[in-house]
Amino acid sequence: MNKLFSKSHIAKMCMVVVMSLPIMVSSAAAEKLRVATEGAYPPFNSINSSGEIVGFDVEIGLELCKRIKAECSIVAQDWDGIIPGLIANKYDFVIASMFITEERKKIVDFTDPYYLAAMTHLVAKDSKIIEFTSESMKGKVIGAQSGTTQSDFIEKSYPDADIRLYPTQDEASLDMASGRLDVMVGDVLPLLDWATKTKDGECCELRGDPITDPAFVGDGVGIALRQEDDELRERLNNAIVEILADGTYKKINDKYFDLNVYTMK
Amino acid sequence: MEPFEIIIEYWPKLLDGALITLKLTFLCTLAAAIISPCLALFRVNASPIAQAPLRLYISFIRGTPILAQLFLIYYGSGQFRPLLQEWGLWSFFRDPFNCALLTFILNTTAYQTEILRGGIMGVNLGEIEAGKALGMNKMRILQRIVFPHAYRIAWPALGNEIILMMKASALASVVTIFDILGRTRQIFSRTFDFSIYLWAAILYICITAIFVLIWRQAELRLNKHILPSDHLISADDSFQSTTVKRLRDE
Amino acid sequence: MFELLSFGENGWGDEILDGVAITAQLAIATLPVGLFIGFIVAFAAMSKNKPLRAIGYGYTTLMRGLPEILTLFVVYNGAGLLLNALIKWWSVGAEPIDFSPFIAGVIALAMVFGAFSAEVLRGAFNALDEGQVEAGRAVGMSPKVIFWRIKLPQIWRFALPGLGNLWINMLKDTSLVSIIALNDLMRMTKVAVAFTKQPFTFYLVACLIYWLMSLLSEMILAKMEKNANRGIRRV
Repeated sequence: MNKLFSKSHIAKMCMVVVMSLPIMVSSAAAEKLRVATEGAYPPFNSINSSGEIVGFDVEIGLELCKRIKAECSIVAQDWDGIIPGLIANKYDFVIASMFITEERKKIVDFTDPYYLAAMTHLVAKDSKIIEFTSESMKGKVIGAQSGTTQSDFIEKSYPDADIRLYPTQDEASLDMASGRLDVMVGDVLPLLDWATKTKDGECCELRGDPITDPAFVGDGVGIALRQEDDELRERLNNAIVEILADGTYKKINDKYFDLNVYTMK
Repeated sequence: MEPFEIIIEYWPKLLDGALITLKLTFLCTLAAAIISPCLALFRVNASPIAQAPLRLYISFIRGTPILAQLFLIYYGSGQFRPLLQEWGLWSFFRDPFNCALLTFILNTTAYQTEILRGGIMGVNLGEIEAGKALGMNKMRILQRIVFPHAYRIAWPALGNEIILMMKASALASVVTIFDILGRTRQIFSRTFDFSIYLWAAILYICITAIFVLIWRQAELRLNKHILPSDHLISADDSFQSTTVKRLRDE
Repeated sequence: MFELLSFGENGWGDEILDGVAITAQLAIATLPVGLFIGFIVAFAAMSKNKPLRAIGYGYTTLMRGLPEILTLFVVYNGAGLLLNALIKWWSVGAEPIDFSPFIAGVIALAMVFGAFSAEVLRGAFNALDEGQVEAGRAVGMSPKVIFWRIKLPQIWRFALPGLGNLWINMLKDTSLVSIIALNDLMRMTKVAVAFTKQPFTFYLVACLIYWLMSLLSEMILAKMEKNANRGIRRV
């Protein structure tokens, strides 16, 4: 969509006028898949200064596509709309560091987990907060990305806190760095990456025990698909096993992390 | 979930959001209502060079999206935290509500100033001369002649601007404020039930409809003494024609 | 700062410029669709048919009372779901269809533009001087010729200032599509901010670009107005 007025744009516009309900019939070629990710969640998925979507999720996703012999294009999609977009057929699967939770399973299906995750609290280095209880969080400003298991967690665990929900994790981090938030709750890996590897994150550190309550963390992180796409799910599951076995997974893993995120050891 | 189940479960949250939307709209309109008359007078009377900064401000506000203005103030202020802290202003900027309110005040003040300027320019010069002839001082003339008349002319446009502001306040949801849209997105991300957006739409329409009714009632009241049967006041004609012209320009 | 805005690998100049292109495409694609909706709604609102009139008025009232961003969400998320549900209901095996963010953006913005422009156009139709139409008839012009030679140029003249305002509003409203992940100017700015952690710098740059586009539009509109008003007697 980078070219000024490609023919397809004009064609689309004509359809708008003629049919007033413009629709784009998606191609059903079996080997062409569209893959959604968020693009605001480093190091798992983000957009670099060349405008490309990069990260662990993206590399794993493309590798899996190779294994199932599909030609994949990656699309960026805002988090709030990522599940509705899947259901509305905007793309075929979602690889965006999504926890496999009971709530989501009511609407979409997941592959087996492709990495394990836990959540954590992050505070400013000079913060006096040492414990995280509903009592101690009273009146504190706590931030998380909206529509995530983290936001679920803080809404249920710290009902008396001043809760701020952001469209993206990046924006929450921006506010953590500028001191608008007392506490941020997020996944361990991105927060660790942010706090140890970025200049902005120098302000802050992880504190307290990781949150591993399965009610929020679920069964790990999986690829989300439409519920009727059982066949695609099986193919992806097999591909995950395959890249784990032949060392490709480890190669991608080591590029981003010091520990093995599949086992979290 | 069914549309009715969802509204039964979540209406308190939506109502909460509605209160925030109303609060934001009311506060920024009020602040602008206090500031804009001064600016509008300045816009009418000051020399072109003196009002250059004001015109620049108005042009900037009118030429940029309110979403960009909001991000500039909210996330931009974070970049200057040490400086703001030094000046003791950080506690103000730390709160997203304040940032949103400040953005909306700056925005709507620019528009209201221009609307009011139009109103002031529409006041019949003969009336001001009449005031002078009666020995009124400048303050008196403003208070008794210029502003009452200017507001009558500007009233419909001001109403439009307040509605636009109420709608624009939905953007506050992107900086973590739980207004109507913020609540709606929160509920949607939990239930994935689309009907909550339709309920939000109904809520916005209701607020607009009620506001329009109140505003029209107030307009009738403002214009009571010059409504149809009264042709004696010469300003009547000019008022009518300017109103029609303004409506067309909208 | 200039390095940040440079073109190429490390700078964000080229990404932001790509964003500007999308913003411009979006606005330009919306204009004809929006005007089309505007004319239809204006005709409906002026028609002698009562239900049609109600629909025309209802549409403008509805769209003008809804926040643009809500309209965008509803079109982007809702219309897709609704259409697919309809198609599934119609025939089970049918191919699902899809709105791209670009198309959703065009439709949502055009729906808003249509509602506001309908009001402007209606005002312009009402401002037509009946006498001129009669004069046209008197010299034997057909209704078609009257429309093209007398009505349309004048409607254009009356509606231009209002439509110009709406164009600038719409140009600014395109920034809302950044929220549904279309890579317009606003979204590319957000991405740059996430990467560089320099929100003030980049949002200011974005504001300046929008400002420039608005000022440019104003200049062009002023020229067009002058052109449309040629041959009008000045008092």
